[in-house]
Amino acid sequence: MEEISALMDGFAVAASWKNLAFMAIGIILGVIIGVLPGLGGANGVAILLPLTFSMPPTSAIILLTSIYWGALFGGAITSILFNIPGEPWSVATTFDGHPMARNGKADEALVGAFTSSFVGAIFAVCVITFLAPVVAKFALKFGPAEFFAVQFLTFASFIGMGKGSPFKTIAAMCLGFALASVGLDNVTGTLRLTFGQDELLNGFKFLVGVIGLFGIGEILSSMESGLNFTGAAAKIRLNAVFVTWKKLPALWVTFLRSSIVGCWMGITPGGATPASFMGYGLAKRFSKNGANFGKGELEGVVAPETAAHAAGTAALLPMLTLGIPGSPTAAVLLGGLLIWGLQPGPLLFVEQKEFVWGLIASMYLGNIVGLVLVLTCVPLFAAILRVPFSIIAPVIMVICAIGAFTVNNAMFDVWMMLLFGVAGYVFTKLGYPLPPLVLALVLGDLAEGSFRQAMLLSQGNLTIFFSNWLSGTIMTLGLALLLWPTFTWAKQKLFSGRTATV
Amino acid sequence: MQERPKSFRKAIGAAFMGVAACALMVSSALAQAWEPTKAVTFIIPAGSGGGADQMARFVQGIVQKHSLMKQPMVVVNKGGGAGAEGFIEMKSSATDPHKLIITLSNLFTTPMGTGSPFNWKDMKPVAMLSLDQFMLWVHTDTPYKTAKEYVDAVKGGADRQFKMGGTGSKQEDQILTAAIERATAGKKFTYVPYQGGGQVAVQLVGKHVDSTVNNPIEAVAQWRAGQLRPLCVFDAKRSTYTGKVTATEAWSDIPTCRESGLPVEYQMLRGVFTTKNATQAQVDYYVDLFKKVMATPDWKEFMEKGAFNQTFMTGAPYTKWVEDAEKLHFDLMKEAGFLANPS
Repeated sequence: MEEISALMDGFAVAASWKNLAFMAIGIILGVIIGVLPGLGGANGVAILLPLTFSMPPTSAIILLTSIYWGALFGGAITSILFNIPGEPWSVATTFDGHPMARNGKADEALVGAFTSSFVGAIFAVCVITFLAPVVAKFALKFGPAEFFAVQFLTFASFIGMGKGSPFKTIAAMCLGFALASVGLDNVTGTLRLTFGQDELLNGFKFLVGVIGLFGIGEILSSMESGLNFTGAAAKIRLNAVFVTWKKLPALWVTFLRSSIVGCWMGITPGGATPASFMGYGLAKRFSKNGANFGKGELEGVVAPETAAHAAGTAALLPMLTLGIPGSPTAAVLLGGLLIWGLQPGPLLFVEQKEFVWGLIASMYLGNIVGLVLVLTCVPLFAAILRVPFSIIAPVIMVICAIGAFTVNNAMFDVWMMLLFGVAGYVFTKLGYPLPPLVLALVLGDLAEGSFRQAMLLSQGNLTIFFSNWLSGTIMTLGLALLLWPTFTWAKQKLFSGRTATV
Repeated sequence: MQERPKSFRKAIGAAFMGVAACALMVSSALAQAWEPTKAVTFIIPAGSGGGADQMARFVQGIVQKHSLMKQPMVVVNKGGGAGAEGFIEMKSSATDPHKLIITLSNLFTTPMGTGSPFNWKDMKPVAMLSLDQFMLWVHTDTPYKTAKEYVDAVKGGADRQFKMGGTGSKQEDQILTAAIERATAGKKFTYVPYQGGGQVAVQLVGKHVDSTVNNPIEAVAQWRAGQLRPLCVFDAKRSTYTGKVTATEAWSDIPTCRESGLPVEYQMLRGVFTTKNATQAQVDYYVDLFKKVMATPDWKEFMEKGAFNQTFMTGAPYTKWVEDAEKLHFDLMKEAGFLANPS
């Protein structure tokens, strides 16, 4: 095994005291960045990038990737505690993570999130270690038609998520699509729905919407219920880690499914955010406890976190081997590689062996260091919930406002966040589900772009999506998932002896 | 420019007091001595990872590494609305000389193509750092060895049979595609817009498109790996870089498109502007700063890696170049029917 010996050399590079110190610093910074909504991993890495120019490339990338791991871990914390996703990929974690915190199981949710992040990452690193060349070739097969097929599959795996009326789900999703289409249309190069307002040029930023809809909406709801912060009953259990770990092996199917989904989405590159949604959607569809999802099911935390972290890690592979970033953070790292004098691309693995394997080894070590660091802090994080609501609420408001501002350095976004907050509150009151809206907001733009690129290539012929086995298979899977609820519904009707009159 | 009469008046006043020579020295020293009093924001009117982003972050790295500025330089991406976001911010902060912006061709194409309300005249030109080249790329599995062979194939094929991948819509890549179509006897390309140059190169490797007009730095890795083949460079002269990039070829081995029977030239400005009301002293400070940046070995290496055309311009020649480029873009976009307000 050539890879093993190369990896061992990599460990020799990565495991120096200096590099381990960089790892720890990076993880801590990353967790802080991940906790603050708005200040995403990409921003964090971009800010620190110039500091690393005088460092050796291997140490530099270890520091920066550790920030990335930290941000991946940290994004879950505020999602679970306050229903505010610190990062886009932790939106799906709020669906069950926050209800768990409300039920006084915040520590279990945190341990579950961190552990599954770790499992997802290690799975992805193993894929990178042993399958890099094969997988890189696979990513080349993805043209516009294949990308659309993947995005379609994500939507399909998420349909029927809402417990309420399907029409309300569709309405929420359509609003998401409408919001996603504001700004510059990349395919025709014209502005849409900006009404001559300079502020709207950039479109609606997903994070601003999410911080408002979830974070501010949650605070408004809590205020209504008499300033009672429902998580305050949280006990601080020092053995939370072991209590949770005992429950996790039973969820191995979810771990495996989400790891595969995550790796796949990271490599293609779909990104960590769609991966987390898809992981959650599929788990809900196929789990025995699917009906309890949304009420505080540990499995509902494990599924998106595993997928997000696997995707976030796997996203580095296309960056290294093809020079295309699988995520915004990877895009910034890509810039860094060039500045350190490394040319990402097919030859990087041949010409810069020491760097590449040092980086891969650091992925293993960085995630282990990260897991230990965040797990020891779980009681501390959970204790935050014991702070009275009247103190914590203003703090959350300020953090949300800073977060929204940081996305674009624009005051306009803070007003938008407040508006989204009120909308989120009203939506919840009226029983319109938020997840479909958020999914459409994050994926609508991409899916539309891929669809129209594919239509340009085929000159308007829809069969392009079934023109090869890859996009054909994914589309068929997507259609099957889309129609699944109809099947189960029809089956129920038949079994209960009534004739379906549709 | 507005500051000049003021310092002149100051000098006259000083002459009355009988210390003319001394005062002139002081005032010229003052004019020279402007320095940023707070952090300088370097705006990139594009997303992260692209050519402009790489260059701006590289400049920031050099400034930091060699301590060329006392105040820090902060790089921010403001790419909304095809860069309009960044340019409009420059326009609205006309009195703040602590802002710089790096340009792509969207300096011209965005206001023309989308009608966004800005123009380069809303800013003050500082310096042209270099010109970014464009090359015609095909996959190495295709039989085309020269631009002429490829153009002939396009001529001989069905209309819109050949697919050209590029970055964005109604921007440099599509304009260049429209310019190539002048030479293809009425046969059009199917132009497919993607998000960024790196993605475009990979789409060509995956054979989802037939050709691209990637910048050298966007496709060099795939060229070295033997996946893509450059057919020609859209410049008047061949590149001056003779160091081997692949095992057998250097940038200078790539013929110009004109040599190979495709008379199209196009380059992209990598220039820097500051805000409109900046004084001459402030512009001079930045010009001096960029001269220092360009003197570093790091910069020279960066230029060679991306096969940039190293043309440095400031002052009147630079302004003249920008004026000409604006005219050229207007003509090209008008001909291609890309203008938002054709009048």
